[in-house]
Amino acid sequence: MDAILLQILNGLDKGSAYALIALGLTLIFGTLGVVNFAHGALFMIGAFCAVVLQKILTLQKVVLDNENLTAWGTPSEIKTPYAEIWFGDFGAKLIDYSVPVSILLAIPVMLIVGFTMERGLIKHFYKRPHADQILVTFGLAIVLQEIVKAFFGANPIPQPAPEALRSSVDIGVMLGFAENAIIYPVWRLIYFVFAALIIGAVFAFLQFTTFGMVVRAGMADRETVGLLGINIDRRFTLMFGLAAAVTGVAGVMYTPILPPNYHMGMDFLVLCFVVVVVGGMGSLPGAVAAGFLLGILESFASMNEIKSILPGIDQIIIYLVAVVILLTRPRGLLGRKGVMEE
Amino acid sequence: MTNAIFPSKANDRLLMIFFIIVVLAGPIILAPFGAGYPDLLQRFAIFGIFAIGFNILFGLTGYLSFGHAAFLGVGSYSAVWMLKLLSMNVIPAIILGVVISGLFALVIGYVSLRRSGIYFSILTLAFAQMSYNLAYSVFTPITNGETGLQILLDDPRVLDGGTKPGELPLTNLFGIPMNATQKVEFLGMTLQFNFGFYFCAVILILAFYLSLRIFRSPFGLMLRAVKTNQNRLNYTGVNTRPYTLAAFVISGMYAGLAGSLLASMDPLAGAERMQWTASGEVVLMVILGGAGTLLGPVLGAGFIKYFENIFSKINDNVLHSWFAFMPDGLENVMVTLVHPFVGKGWHLTLGLLFMAIVIFLPGGLMEGFNRIWRKITSKRETATSDTSSDAASTPAE
Repeated sequence: MDAILLQILNGLDKGSAYALIALGLTLIFGTLGVVNFAHGALFMIGAFCAVVLQKILTLQKVVLDNENLTAWGTPSEIKTPYAEIWFGDFGAKLIDYSVPVSILLAIPVMLIVGFTMERGLIKHFYKRPHADQILVTFGLAIVLQEIVKAFFGANPIPQPAPEALRSSVDIGVMLGFAENAIIYPVWRLIYFVFAALIIGAVFAFLQFTTFGMVVRAGMADRETVGLLGINIDRRFTLMFGLAAAVTGVAGVMYTPILPPNYHMGMDFLVLCFVVVVVGGMGSLPGAVAAGFLLGILESFASMNEIKSILPGIDQIIIYLVAVVILLTRPRGLLGRKGVMEE
Repeated sequence: MTNAIFPSKANDRLLMIFFIIVVLAGPIILAPFGAGYPDLLQRFAIFGIFAIGFNILFGLTGYLSFGHAAFLGVGSYSAVWMLKLLSMNVIPAIILGVVISGLFALVIGYVSLRRSGIYFSILTLAFAQMSYNLAYSVFTPITNGETGLQILLDDPRVLDGGTKPGELPLTNLFGIPMNATQKVEFLGMTLQFNFGFYFCAVILILAFYLSLRIFRSPFGLMLRAVKTNQNRLNYTGVNTRPYTLAAFVISGMYAGLAGSLLASMDPLAGAERMQWTASGEVVLMVILGGAGTLLGPVLGAGFIKYFENIFSKINDNVLHSWFAFMPDGLENVMVTLVHPFVGKGWHLTLGLLFMAIVIFLPGGLMEGFNRIWRKITSKRETATSDTSSDAASTPAE
């Protein structure tokens, strides 16, 4: 029982990332009808927002200390980040919490990136076939990741979680299991809670605001909403920005779990496309559900007990599930009729 | 009579002769561009075959497979196994590579073709990723995992009796080694005529001829009908599945042929050949050149491989020599400006070029050539004003 619970928990953090990216992907697909292969790149750009902020915060003032010599006989250097010099303890805290603080940077950056992308490129591809959309966004993804690589290099850049959140908690004890049975890193719990909050917020926004209502109406029948005199294009552009922001903050918060590198976007993209298709193209709850489901299944498949029966299953489980679901449920788990079907 | 789908036989013959001459003269034509060395020429031919095969599926039926690299990888693995077990003669290796990848394509195609559109793409992608992941992990006894499968000195090789002491195992065709190269000095350039390249070139020409025949056949017409309106075909009582499956298997066999040729030129096979980025690359080649055209895929394959090999080799020293005619300050500025786009950053150039082509030339390079061709000929036509405009566009098709 505790082993099962542990695997479910293990799957949650990856599942949360899948769910958030797939949510963004589905928002774009559901509103604009565009298949966005650059979505993984948005996740990556979000993650690099955290890198940038950390680099800025840890800009250091170097003072030569002539009293203390290093082993080589040169004066030792005392490095203090400017943030600490200017803000004292608050600055130190700021550096410590640079990852969560980066969300504040990531949201405007991602909104701008999203708007520019939609107005500058995607807009011209509404009426083109899906294959063209896939190809042009694929090209864009290559360009974006190469730009990031040119600035930050090809190696992963580790981002530490805040000091206080680096430990693990013994969840087993809280739930009445034996001690040390289920130990789980705090940051992963936070990531899950964070993902749940974002997903909740997006759904609430679509469900309970007038803006969301118009967007949902537009998703159902764009033409009629346009005929009613509503500027649906502008709202959809906003939704594109929102989707980019959701994906971006997902990337920011994921950095302590996976050190960001320039091709992380591509690695996630393929999986998230599978997630979206399994959930059902255009279905937001489907995307979220499939994200968590596949994340958890993946962690179950990597248990030693299961691997000894079916060797290699952990490598292929996601794709296997996708194949089975696509062949048995043609529209995915929660897909609607008539989406992406010629 | 000429029309868009069935140009006259004479035009096809012209196209074929043109293609044969260009391919066979490859080492001479490409030498001035720095691409005349055997390794790259072989790659042009092999990836040309791969792209021609992919085009038979994508260009004719419109089914976008994102997992074609799996067939290439399977072809490579089977070819290397033949080289290890039978003989260093490449013929059995190529035959087995094509057969096994054809069977593999039959299984995957049978399942994947139950769906169309993006679902088909995802299904093929899923199968290819599964093969890739399995090749890395569970199938290590067959694939040799991350190290990759290679030939060894103590391989049994039943037909030619293994490697004799002091001899290197070289892939060959009835005794002529693939790396045999004839160097000729010509106008200050070294032309390299390589046997391996000519072997690949002959197969490329055969592959091109086959694809031409498929394009002009009733079977090809059926595949085009699938692309145009599959529903309508279904309503008229045609079962399209056998046709699409046949196209899928044929293009899988082309991929296997390319894979086994890769292994024949350089007896190595690694799982990275099956990764989805490799599948993406062949999609890029075909789209870049022009999907659904005959010459386009070969052109696109050459273009991308040229970029990969030549652009990635340009370093700052080369750039300095390019801009040497400028004043020093300007020279440095130019080098800094161009630097991110070449060498390690050639992917950036590729991405930008690719976007530009998809945005402005959805039909690929071939559409660009056709437009230019039409511009030229339409001017001439207004002068003579009686030749039909259709005939003008055919040589480039």
